[in-house]
Amino acid sequence: MSATQTTATGAVVLRPEHLGRRVGDVSIVTDISLEVHHGEMLGIVGASGSGKSSFLRLLNRLDEPTAGTVFLNDQDYRQFSPRDLRRRVGMVTQRPFLFPGNVAGNVRFGPLQRSEVLSDEDIARLLERVGLPGFAGREVTNLSGGEQQRVSLARALANHPEILLLDEPTSALDEQAKMGVEQLICSLVKETSLTCVMVTHDRDQARRMCDRVALLEAGRLIQYGKPSEVLGA
Amino acid sequence: MLKSLFHTQLTLGLAQAAIASVLALAVVLLARRRNIHLESDAAIALLRGIVQIVAVGSILALLLKSPRWTSVFLLTGMIIAAGSISAKRAKNIPGARKVSTYSIAAGAGLVTAVMTWAGVIDTAITSLIPVGSMIIANAMNTNGLALNRFRSEVLAHAGEIETALALGAAPEHTVASYAESSIHASLIPAIDNLRSLGIVWIPGLMTGMLLSGADPLYAAIYQFVVIAMILASSGLTSLLSTMMIRNHAFSAAEQLVLKSSG
Repeated sequence: MSATQTTATGAVVLRPEHLGRRVGDVSIVTDISLEVHHGEMLGIVGASGSGKSSFLRLLNRLDEPTAGTVFLNDQDYRQFSPRDLRRRVGMVTQRPFLFPGNVAGNVRFGPLQRSEVLSDEDIARLLERVGLPGFAGREVTNLSGGEQQRVSLARALANHPEILLLDEPTSALDEQAKMGVEQLICSLVKETSLTCVMVTHDRDQARRMCDRVALLEAGRLIQYGKPSEVLGA
Repeated sequence: MLKSLFHTQLTLGLAQAAIASVLALAVVLLARRRNIHLESDAAIALLRGIVQIVAVGSILALLLKSPRWTSVFLLTGMIIAAGSISAKRAKNIPGARKVSTYSIAAGAGLVTAVMTWAGVIDTAITSLIPVGSMIIANAMNTNGLALNRFRSEVLAHAGEIETALALGAAPEHTVASYAESSIHASLIPAIDNLRSLGIVWIPGLMTGMLLSGADPLYAAIYQFVVIAMILASSGLTSLLSTMMIRNHAFSAAEQLVLKSSG
């Protein structure tokens, strides 16, 4: 790996080291090492099939690395139980995959796995935070794409993650909903110092939202640094 | 008509088999006229069917002279074969063969053993083998249906399952509803058989008992007993196989390994 590194001010919270994944004879992710700092938004960019989403899935161990590992707060993430790791490293995917039922049921899902029951007030607060006040009782089938993605964000935030992985969170949305979700993510990162790693194929979006970007090509890290350095002005 | 032409049971049976095969092939030719080509499949199936059933008949003829305990080996062989056959319905799920064999052995084996111990199934080979094989065959079908349904459900809902995993859910919790629907779907034939018993169909065992001169009322009740045993063994098999296979859909690090590709 060769990469241009720019030091950020926050402490390193997530550090993939020589991370790789092979499936059969095919190398999907190859020898990626980088650092994610507290409170930053790191963008993962690259062409379709460059291994962006595959790399992201390795960060919360949704897939198993075949080489290297990831350090979460300087601790090898294999030392955490998968459930605890995934609570700490949350994920929002391109399609929200909401569970049948109402919005409150979805938001409650994560904490309930640890036998924590969120109060109605907690739910209302989370929904307010994602711009959906009063949506708790709404059936998920009656929500627009943008609203569903906001519920998906609230559901991930309900677990109080230290890091949030975002896999193309706006690519399935229309332009208006996309801008709304984009602004919401930016304000959440700013207000709560949430650390985010976001996969996007949209270079303009990466320029707008990210503090730093990592450019992948054929599963390898080509360059990472400030968006203007990696993607140009 | 045939009886007047053929005077031994064996020649009569062969003639009856030939007529039934000709009838089946006639239907195949009819299908061919509509561009539905079943010729080779049907011909192979008919040939294989007659060879297999004659082989079983020959083995049964030998077994009738064997001690009763030999039936245990035959039933065990049937369970192993059934596990292997129905595991094919769960391709891509590692350990499906082992799961199928254990589930059928537990489901069909336990029901057969308990009912034999209780005196419901006679220990004579002529009774234990046909009834035991019926129970095993139905457990095999149920197991195949359950695994196939479970596999389809997991493949169709991989996104939902991985979303739940990403939120910190336990693997067994993420597939609980799919396991439940698989068990339910796999038991539909067994439940419907019980529901329609005597109304829509008169099963083979009862027909056989009637033909061999048994009391019709006893034959009817005993048929109910067999169908109820089939439901019990199928239910147990389906429950066990679904419970076991759901663990095989995930890795030790709680990752979904049953995927359509990659």
